[in-house]
Amino acid sequence: MGPVVRRSEHVMGMPISLALRGGHCDDDAAASAWDEAMATLRDVDRVFSTYRDDSFVSRLGRGEISVADCPPEVAEVLALGEVARLLSHGAFDVRRPGTDGRMVLDPSGVVKGWAVERAARPLRGLADTDFCLSAGGDMVCHVADPDAPAWRVGIEDPADPSRLVAVVPVRHGAVATSGTAHRGEHVVDARTGAAPQGIASVTVVGDDLTWADIDATAAFALGREALGWLTTSSGRSGLVVWSDGTAETFGRPRG
Amino acid sequence: MRRISTWILSTLSITVLLFGYHTSTSGSATTAAETVISSSTSGSSTTTASGSGGNGNRNGSASGTGRSSNATSATTVTGSVVNTRYGPVQVAITTNGSAITDVSVLQYPHSNGQDAQINGYALPVLIQSTMAAQNANVDMVSGATFTSMGYRQSLQSALDQVGL
Repeated sequence: MGPVVRRSEHVMGMPISLALRGGHCDDDAAASAWDEAMATLRDVDRVFSTYRDDSFVSRLGRGEISVADCPPEVAEVLALGEVARLLSHGAFDVRRPGTDGRMVLDPSGVVKGWAVERAARPLRGLADTDFCLSAGGDMVCHVADPDAPAWRVGIEDPADPSRLVAVVPVRHGAVATSGTAHRGEHVVDARTGAAPQGIASVTVVGDDLTWADIDATAAFALGREALGWLTTSSGRSGLVVWSDGTAETFGRPRG
Repeated sequence: MRRISTWILSTLSITVLLFGYHTSTSGSATTAAETVISSSTSGSSTTTASGSGGNGNRNGSASGTGRSSNATSATTVTGSVVNTRYGPVQVAITTNGSAITDVSVLQYPHSNGQDAQINGYALPVLIQSTMAAQNANVDMVSGATFTSMGYRQSLQSALDQVGL
């Protein structure tokens, strides 16, 4: 394999990193696909950002507009959120109580993976080119050449971002990690409103980043129940790091 | 001591997330939702109930200020049929203005014919020492710390700088 060519940028308040290798890793086609991927993320941010008062989601959350007034992607994302709520027995919810007790609409936990899957589409169009597109530590990977090695994805130590706890090879699929490290306790168990206990991070490896991200976030919200919940479904693998620093892998073949 | 147990998945089924869950809505909606990739054409809606004569405002005519009449009316929005790589998908969502009260799937693919797109992956391999982590030779790093603050100290940041 040839060299890995990298690009990075900050969009949606997080670092976006791209690694390319093979046919179109460093030409105009690569530059164009990268620009298109970034434009997709900026578009998503304009619609979904909870940090922008004028985004559709912010206006929806304030009750100024209805779902029907929003671009169809909003209904799509809210549907994903609803499915995630059902699957996680209520631990994951895009609606949660705010500091003033009112319900806050925050689909961020669904939007990220979904958006990166969309952003990766132009990269899939690069012939004979392998890519790994990461947004804030969650990524979509693709290897075009069946003889080429898998991408090697390191899983960060939630206690120390300069260290890794594991490595996983990924050819076609997605890796998402949810945790508390360095971001404050931003994930809560929607059933209790409290931060999950006993758990430091959850990494899910799956086919699709939309669901890897949702699964990682939902599992993390479940706290000590995370590993049991993750193993109820086949076709995904990954890693749970507990608060005491111990780590356990999980996964079983689909079927 | 490393635990090296890898296996390659050999099949891909879009119903993977259904295992262990019994809610029919969640099951079918999962299938559809994970495959809805774009909704570029306009959908349709029906107002199934209304308080004080509220309408669905599907055409975006609602005022951007104050609460619209939808706040008290149940509105069902039917998404357009989207052709995904797995087949056609269509979802309907019912809201009462601020919360989704129901999600139903009108159309979703039954075929498992996408096996050509097999996603093979392996179990993560645990790293037991700092030395191993530094020499792990990774291409990308997955982590929860990558906001602007965490990113700067991360291995991912170092990787990105190498390539620039």
